[in-house]
Amino acid sequence: MDPALNIVIVDQNPIRAAILEDGLREAGYVHVVRIDETSHLLARIYSIDPDVILIDLEDPSRDVLEQMFQVSRAVRRPVAMFVDQSDAASIEAAVDAGVSAYIVGGLRKERIKNILDLCISRFNAFTRLQDELDRTRTALEERKVIDRAKGILMKAKNLSEENAYALLRKTAMNENKKIAEVAQSVVTAAELLK
Amino acid sequence: MSKDRLRIGFIPLCDATALIVAVDKGFAAAEGLDIELVREVSWSNIRDKLNIGLFDAAHLIAPVAIASSLGIGHVKVPIVAPFGLGMNGNAITVSPALHAALADASAGDFADPIVSARALARVVAARRRQGAEPLTFGMTFPFSTHNYHLRFWMAAGGVDPDEDVRLVVLPPPYMVESLANGHVDGFCVGAPWNSVAVDLGIGFILHFVSEILTRAAEKVLGMRARWAQEHAGEVARLVRAHARAAAFVEDVANREEVANLLAAPNRIGVAPEVIRRTLDGRMKVAPDGALRTSDRYILIGRKAAGRPEPRQAAWLYAQMVRWGQAPLSAELLATAKAVFRPDLYDAATGERAPDLEGEPADGIGAFAGPAFDPDNIVEHLAGWKIRRG
Repeated sequence: MDPALNIVIVDQNPIRAAILEDGLREAGYVHVVRIDETSHLLARIYSIDPDVILIDLEDPSRDVLEQMFQVSRAVRRPVAMFVDQSDAASIEAAVDAGVSAYIVGGLRKERIKNILDLCISRFNAFTRLQDELDRTRTALEERKVIDRAKGILMKAKNLSEENAYALLRKTAMNENKKIAEVAQSVVTAAELLK
Repeated sequence: MSKDRLRIGFIPLCDATALIVAVDKGFAAAEGLDIELVREVSWSNIRDKLNIGLFDAAHLIAPVAIASSLGIGHVKVPIVAPFGLGMNGNAITVSPALHAALADASAGDFADPIVSARALARVVAARRRQGAEPLTFGMTFPFSTHNYHLRFWMAAGGVDPDEDVRLVVLPPPYMVESLANGHVDGFCVGAPWNSVAVDLGIGFILHFVSEILTRAAEKVLGMRARWAQEHAGEVARLVRAHARAAAFVEDVANREEVANLLAAPNRIGVAPEVIRRTLDGRMKVAPDGALRTSDRYILIGRKAAGRPEPRQAAWLYAQMVRWGQAPLSAELLATAKAVFRPDLYDAATGERAPDLEGEPADGIGAFAGPAFDPDNIVEHLAGWKIRRG
């Protein structure tokens, strides 16, 4: 590992960028810069002169970076890419993880493997976090809908809370649906009949 | 018939129409293909995911298919294109300020691209005398038709695209914003982005690319050569589904339906009316509503646009050489031409000779320079003063 490496993270998602940055810093890399703006991207990258650029694959600015690999007057020194013919497996892993690593300036790939590994594992951790968050959010919303549907049934059919829930569950089982779906139908119907 | 599931990547642009219609109108299903369309945000992603096999096929900007096969700019992965998704369809849009400057500097009607290109040379010279920053133009990718179209046009007027102006890569969704905030003075991009700029009152469409090149291959359906070899059946079914979809799109009676289909948020995601104008070649070119129409603005299936033409690949390779992206060699030229596979198209569709009545004799129809000879690109290159290779 080489702590003196200049690393740029191009990511418009501040949470993910922060996770990557923290991970790199914890691993001992001190020169880490985040860029979250899309304008003047190349100019900023040239001024930072990074050894490594990490960019999210879902960022359209990825195409902007391709320009750096062109022979043109804008490039101040030779640019080598980490990905070569024999690296299909590592590209694949990076692509799967949703992150692309551009290694600038003829770095040896042994030196960069740690960074890549770290980024990929961090990225996967972020994805898991996001999934969990989504699941929690969905569960919360479903519970709210079920509570509203219970309330509507209790009032309209003069049922206890327990019986209202039992009715939802029985209907869901009969119709082969999720309780939340039946509850949503009840809420929608009640809105229509208002 | 059992259905094979294929993943195909696309960028939300009007020239993905044949692909989207093939899937969403059931032409692919009728061929026994179950296609998952994956919307992507960058050509780099499309290229990488196609190269490593995450996609079976992709909506590809034609020069990317060639660059990938030649191994320039990135990993070498041979690609074949058995179907042309579109010809033409790009336009050059400029800011109101540059539009006015070009009008002032024009000797003659600047609807003529040689007049506008020479006007650009005068504007560039005047700015240099004043010590102003060089003009900046946006295009979509280093290996893009947009890059080559802009260069071909301005160089014909005496503007060196590497020395006299700045060309920058901009993702299409950022083009309009960059023009509005002055980061670029103009751009070359496909539909619908030129129209979006005009509708917002921040840009003028200066030229349709069909005014610069009568016949210019734009996007192809690309796949790994090895995959195509191992999946000959799927390739033929894909080509047939696309040929039927393209014919469906070109039937004016279906345009309304097609525009609505493409407008869906998970497809192109812009107003159907904008897509309709594009497909009809009836474009609003100025914020005041001035219209320009051309039946060549975009060709999807018409004029044999679906049949890949190796001479188009040769022209694109010649541009790569002209601008220093690729070395010149007979071998590379042959490799480039072999990316475009009319034989696969013919075998799949069973069509006889393509109907090219009224098309340019050299198959390109450039507004400047001698006729293009795909077997002699040395002569083509020698004809230009401004070039790198």
